Amino acid sequence: MEDDAPVIYGLEFQARALTPQTAETDAIRFLVGTQSLRYDNMIHIIDFDDENNIINKNVLLHQVGEIWHISTSPADKGVLATCYNKTSDTKVMTCAAVWRMPKELESGSHESPDDSSSNTQTLELLCHLDNTAHGNMACVMWEPMGDGKKIISLADNNILLWDLQESSAKAVLSSSAALEGKGQLKFTSGRWSPHHNCTQIATANDTTVRGWDTRSMRQIYCIENAHGQLVRDLDFNPNKQYYLASCGDDCKVKFWDTRNVTEPVKTLEEHSHWVWNVRYNHSHDQLILTGSSDSRVILSNMVSISSEPFGHMVDDDELSDQEDQHQEEKIKEPLQDSVIATYEEHEDSVYAVEWSSADPWLFASLSYDGRLVINRVPRALKYHILL
Amino acid sequence: MAAVTAGSGAGSGAAGSPEATGGSTGSGGWRRPHGPLQRYYGPSTADAAEEVPDPTDINGPHFDPEVFMTKVRSECPLGQLLAREAALGREIRALDSDMQTLLYENYNKFISATDTIRKMKVDFRHMEAEMDDLAANMAAISASSARVSAALQDRHRRGAQLAGVQALLRKLQALVEVPGRLRRWAGTEPARALRCHARARAVLRHYRHLPSFRAIEDESQAIMADLAQRLRTRLREETLDPKELTECVEMLLQLEEPAEELSEEFLSQAGARLEAELAALEAELPAADPSGTATTPPPPASDILDFVDRGSSAFVGTLCQLAGSYRALFGEDTGRLEPFAAALATRYFTLLERRLALERGLGDTSLLVRALDRFHRRLRTLLELLPAGADAAAELVARAARERVDRYLRALQTFFLGCLGDVRQALAAPRPPGKEGPGLPDLLATLAASVLGQLKAVLAYVQLFTARDVAFASLPYFKGEFCVTAVREGLVVAFVRWLCRTARGFADGPTERGAPAAPPALLLLLARLCLDYENSTISYILTLTDEQFPPQDSGPAVTPGPALCAEARAAAQRLLDHYVQVQGAAVAQMLRKSVETRDWLGTVEPRNVRAVMKRVVEDITAIDVQVGQLFEEGVRRAQSSDSSRRAFSVYSSSRAPGRYAPSYTPSAPMDTHLLSNIQKLFSERIDIFSPVEFNKVSVLTGIIKISLKTLLECVRLRTLGRFGLQQVQVDGHYLQLYLWRFASDERVVQGLLDEVAASAAHRCLDPVPMEHSVVELICERG
Repeated sequence: MEDDAPVIYGLEFQARALTPQTAETDAIRFLVGTQSLRYDNMIHIIDFDDENNIINKNVLLHQVGEIWHISTSPADKGVLATCYNKTSDTKVMTCAAVWRMPKELESGSHESPDDSSSNTQTLELLCHLDNTAHGNMACVMWEPMGDGKKIISLADNNILLWDLQESSAKAVLSSSAALEGKGQLKFTSGRWSPHHNCTQIATANDTTVRGWDTRSMRQIYCIENAHGQLVRDLDFNPNKQYYLASCGDDCKVKFWDTRNVTEPVKTLEEHSHWVWNVRYNHSHDQLILTGSSDSRVILSNMVSISSEPFGHMVDDDELSDQEDQHQEEKIKEPLQDSVIATYEEHEDSVYAVEWSSADPWLFASLSYDGRLVINRVPRALKYHILL
Repeated sequence: MAAVTAGSGAGSGAAGSPEATGGSTGSGGWRRPHGPLQRYYGPSTADAAEEVPDPTDINGPHFDPEVFMTKVRSECPLGQLLAREAALGREIRALDSDMQTLLYENYNKFISATDTIRKMKVDFRHMEAEMDDLAANMAAISASSARVSAALQDRHRRGAQLAGVQALLRKLQALVEVPGRLRRWAGTEPARALRCHARARAVLRHYRHLPSFRAIEDESQAIMADLAQRLRTRLREETLDPKELTECVEMLLQLEEPAEELSEEFLSQAGARLEAELAALEAELPAADPSGTATTPPPPASDILDFVDRGSSAFVGTLCQLAGSYRALFGEDTGRLEPFAAALATRYFTLLERRLALERGLGDTSLLVRALDRFHRRLRTLLELLPAGADAAAELVARAARERVDRYLRALQTFFLGCLGDVRQALAAPRPPGKEGPGLPDLLATLAASVLGQLKAVLAYVQLFTARDVAFASLPYFKGEFCVTAVREGLVVAFVRWLCRTARGFADGPTERGAPAAPPALLLLLARLCLDYENSTISYILTLTDEQFPPQDSGPAVTPGPALCAEARAAAQRLLDHYVQVQGAAVAQMLRKSVETRDWLGTVEPRNVRAVMKRVVEDITAIDVQVGQLFEEGVRRAQSSDSSRRAFSVYSSSRAPGRYAPSYTPSAPMDTHLLSNIQKLFSERIDIFSPVEFNKVSVLTGIIKISLKTLLECVRLRTLGRFGLQQVQVDGHYLQLYLWRFASDERVVQGLLDEVAASAAHRCLDPVPMEHSVVELICERG
């Protein structure tokens, strides 16, 4: 199928940071943050026109430093947070800040895609997340489903919960927790659970995955040695509240039930190098996307541990005979857990993969050389899931 | 004279015999002319007919004087002709005299024959007259004999009548005496009494309408009833041995007691005896422990052979005897006997099984086999009486054999684990400095040899079950299923499978969660072991097994060798991959920590290769030695060391300035991308954690790839100062110098190090590379 071909977009600089515009549910839009030590860094706003298969981009200058992590507010399309490196001659400090993009870019500007790169616009700084006392910021998480007022940032071994006040102009540290232990502990990544009224987050440091309660800021579970080596990323199953996916330097993706942390529920071993990213599809949680430094993106179908029941339960009355037959066939052979597709469009390590917030069948992946690839779930599978 | 007769009369047969002719004349010359004569008289001689007619053969039947003369005249010189002529003359003379002699002899014989015939004619006439006389005399004799016998006939008849009366009277006398005799014998010799009664009974019954006979019968019947009563009492006694029991019942039967009742009585008595014997056997077994086997019961007092011996001689013997008597007594109707015997046999089997269950451990298999053999043999006699038990017995033997095979499998597994434990210990043992511990090849050889040896020993033990002199070996189960299902599949194949699984377990199982991971050397060792199994050992073991336990064509399907080999290979592959991952991860961890903990911005100008790089090279060299002990070298892509060095210098001197150029224009990034992308187009995608091949180079390449890729990823996460970049440059060059020779394709090393350098340059705030000559200097000094 012609329109299943991937769409590739090249950035001039190296890039690691990618996020969908979470608050946007109509247009397919991704934000990419660049990494350059010598030039002004930028945030590319990538609009994907699904019908015409065209990419429109807008560029925002991000002059404070190279971007290591980027996330967008779930409530306000125009608000985003970045973690960026502030470099001086002798010191590198990773800071975090909340920004607002110019109003006209919030919903994209399709009129002048050609010259949009020339007249780059600047971000409006809303507030800094003051981390002088806490160390380097690893990532910023927005409260999912929230009103965009609560964020959590991970700084070295601290978890910081911020309240954004005065329409995000001021960030007040409401509570924090520090991870104590021998050696230099450092969070590598974290995720905010959309379940339990958004009172739980999960963090990764070294080979351990920990769960925290944001009300008490206490640890609620701990998966020791979740991976043989460093844990790189986590994600919560959006539909099953105790399910968690993790990935790491042992090339594995593991699925956990947080109520029983001694054994993973399932383990995938498809990549041939470190897995940097794992993402559940927002609506169909059997679809798992992983990106790895073996330059591959793998889309897996984990039906057996998804919220989707095997086969469908559709009322017989609604089906004509023909459909009925079709239905039976499908029930006869439910999909097995399997790799759906391996995408090899990248030529450098893939550090970020994200599903679109608007189209559940579409995802983007970003490799270090600045190549952004937009792919779709294969049509056959899509219909299989839908029908 | 006699000799001459033989010679001439015998035709072809005796004529050539040297004894016959030589004996009478004594001269050899005589023989020669005798030949032609003989041929003349016996022209049908076989060889004469077969010979090709030769007209020149003077002795042949086809002699042609013309031809002969022509031939002789043309061939021979004069002297020879003269000699020939003389010789022929001699021969002719000799022939003439021969002829005369023969003629004379024959004439003589003719004359004597005529004389004899004449004499015979006279004698026969005389004999005829005498024969007539004899016939007349015989007729007279027979007439007188008939007269005598007619005269005696009447007397003879009267004598016979008298003898009959005498016999009848004697019988009556005996009948009258019957009660007395019965009374006399009933106490002491019931059998004799019975015989006596049996003889009299029919007569008495027949003549019972006569009062005197009736009295006798009544009296004897009373005696017999009494006897029956006594016998019955005796029957209930406990102490009867089977023979007495049988006698007793036999007598009762003769007394026409009801057979039904008797057979029941008999069986209950027999049952009591057999029960007693079973109880004796059971007493030897430790009491069944209902509370579970918390404490192991003490070892049984006697060995299994003894137990079976006793069981078969006592229980089975008695049972056979009793069953035999039952049949003899109550006929072939075994409706009652069979369930009875079956129940008892089942109990016996249960006991034996319990005893077998006590045979823990591996004991002496030959003893067990002998015990089972004896059991089976003894039982065969019983089984003739009781066909239903055959299956149960065979099943029991088969179960015992299977049980034993299972135990051997477990023992093998324990043994293997023990060996592995030894190997681990040997690997972990602290080595005194300067003294090398046992090398990996030695350990491998020891392990493989001891496991194989043990397996062979076990097979030899198990073979006892199918030995020719063991009776049950001829059962169809032992011929077919036992060989295939129990031994080949259940023991050999299961062991090999288990071995592969166990080996795999070291790679799959405890890698990250809890249990201490296996030392890498062990992984390597096991990988080699599995590979050896795949290459040769499995086929050897299977051949050995098939030889010792020949499978049947129609038997159940067997696991083919290739399938097992594939399993072994998969295990070997998994282990080796895991080895690469573990070793790679160790080196990678070292590199990661070294990159993460260093302050790359504030570092000083590099003067040395960092210690961690030296450590990496050392470790990889050690791994190289380790792998080299067990695996072949493998193929390296042909490339001289010179070319690699050149390539590296080209990269750093000519290409690098373009990349690190400070004149970085906005279009420049695209150029570097282009450059690196073009470079990537020509290099293959490198899979970092990919399966390796079974050779040293491939293993080392795998480890190096993992290490260098880690270095690349870690460098990308850091921000470097100028000297940081230079340090990376120095480290990279150092690694290049020392690592290329381990890798199968040095371009892999080269490519990865290039990427490290490129990434470092990207991550550098002030990308000023070090002079290549300086880099080389530092590396050579380090």
